[in-house]
Amino acid sequence: MGAQIRVYRQKIASTTSMQKIFKAMELIATSRIGKARTRVSASLPYSNAITRAVSAVASQSEVDHPLTTEPDSIRRAAVLVMTSDRGLAGSYSASILKQAEHLIELLHSEGKDVTTYLVGRKAQAYFEFRGRDYERVWTGGTDAPEFETARELREVLLEDFATDFEDGGVDEIHVVYTQFKSMVVQEPTVIRLLPLEVVEEEIESSTDLLPLYDYEPAPEEVLDALLPRYIESRIFSALLQAAASELAARQRAMKSAGDNASDLIKKYTRLRNNARQAEITQELSEIVAGADALNAS
Amino acid sequence: MANLEVEIVAADHFVWSGAATMVKGFTSEGEIGILPGHTPLLAVLAAGLLEIAPVDGDRFTVDVDGGFFSVDSNRVVIVADSAQLESGAVSSAGIH
Repeated sequence: MGAQIRVYRQKIASTTSMQKIFKAMELIATSRIGKARTRVSASLPYSNAITRAVSAVASQSEVDHPLTTEPDSIRRAAVLVMTSDRGLAGSYSASILKQAEHLIELLHSEGKDVTTYLVGRKAQAYFEFRGRDYERVWTGGTDAPEFETARELREVLLEDFATDFEDGGVDEIHVVYTQFKSMVVQEPTVIRLLPLEVVEEEIESSTDLLPLYDYEPAPEEVLDALLPRYIESRIFSALLQAAASELAARQRAMKSAGDNASDLIKKYTRLRNNARQAEITQELSEIVAGADALNAS
Repeated sequence: MANLEVEIVAADHFVWSGAATMVKGFTSEGEIGILPGHTPLLAVLAAGLLEIAPVDGDRFTVDVDGGFFSVDSNRVVIVADSAQLESGAVSSAGIH
């Protein structure tokens, strides 16, 4: 009897300390998410300006640039998967990896080789546990990505893109990341980064029409300078959105874990009280029975 | 004469915006000055100091390390990899 009460007490104590951890992690995620969202919106002016410029050059000049030209046949594709470094974020990394698996399967079924690039320790662990190859991995700071990381990613990806297939190069590059739509909706998304499909802005009024630009130096060189920056900014914005999504997912996961913990505590407290009461009742009836026996003799 | 509407953005933050009468900077070809009424232009920006003469306040400089800028109908958008306002710059529209 007493043993059972002790077991319940231990369970209550351990669940309470876990609940404290969940609560703390939820608070940390909540405080960071505001900052992450600010960073997403702070990067918008840059990416808008760059997108506008790229569409201006791409739509006006008949420049053939390797980055925008569709290769005759795509034999090898690169997939960049953005997961988190740390767990305890619910299904965040799992759903990204699932999306990536779908994409890889699809690419395989189209007869393409696939090389993977990973961001985040969770993706690394997933691939290593299954003994699968990956080209390169970037870890650390998935919840607060630096622009330098985006630059490094761009350099590596562009270098492989520029390499011939025979020398291990890739013909197209896909990115799998989580799009941050709102605090409650984050969607695993696949975009094709290269070759570029420049998204034309919707023209709402005649003032939005792109003017005929002069280029300095030549259009080719302007495009040479613009495109890597454009890719960089798309990778960076994907990283920032992934970070915001990670924090939102963690906040939600920790909130429900904390709620479940308080449910458990309540349940164990009731069981403990029950056991204690049963013990008292039993002791009482033993005493009464003993007294009765003495009186009878 | 109309003024230029200038916007300076860096990769991860907004730097400055406001009305100006002149913008001076370096392209990969050499120095260029933009006055109101400039023809639409898309140019590669070289590392160096940008000089901006705002409508209100004193001229100031912005340290940029490469990027590009576009000019169209008196709207100048400067997109820099990283940009640093030189200390003492007075912004008319405010820094975010």
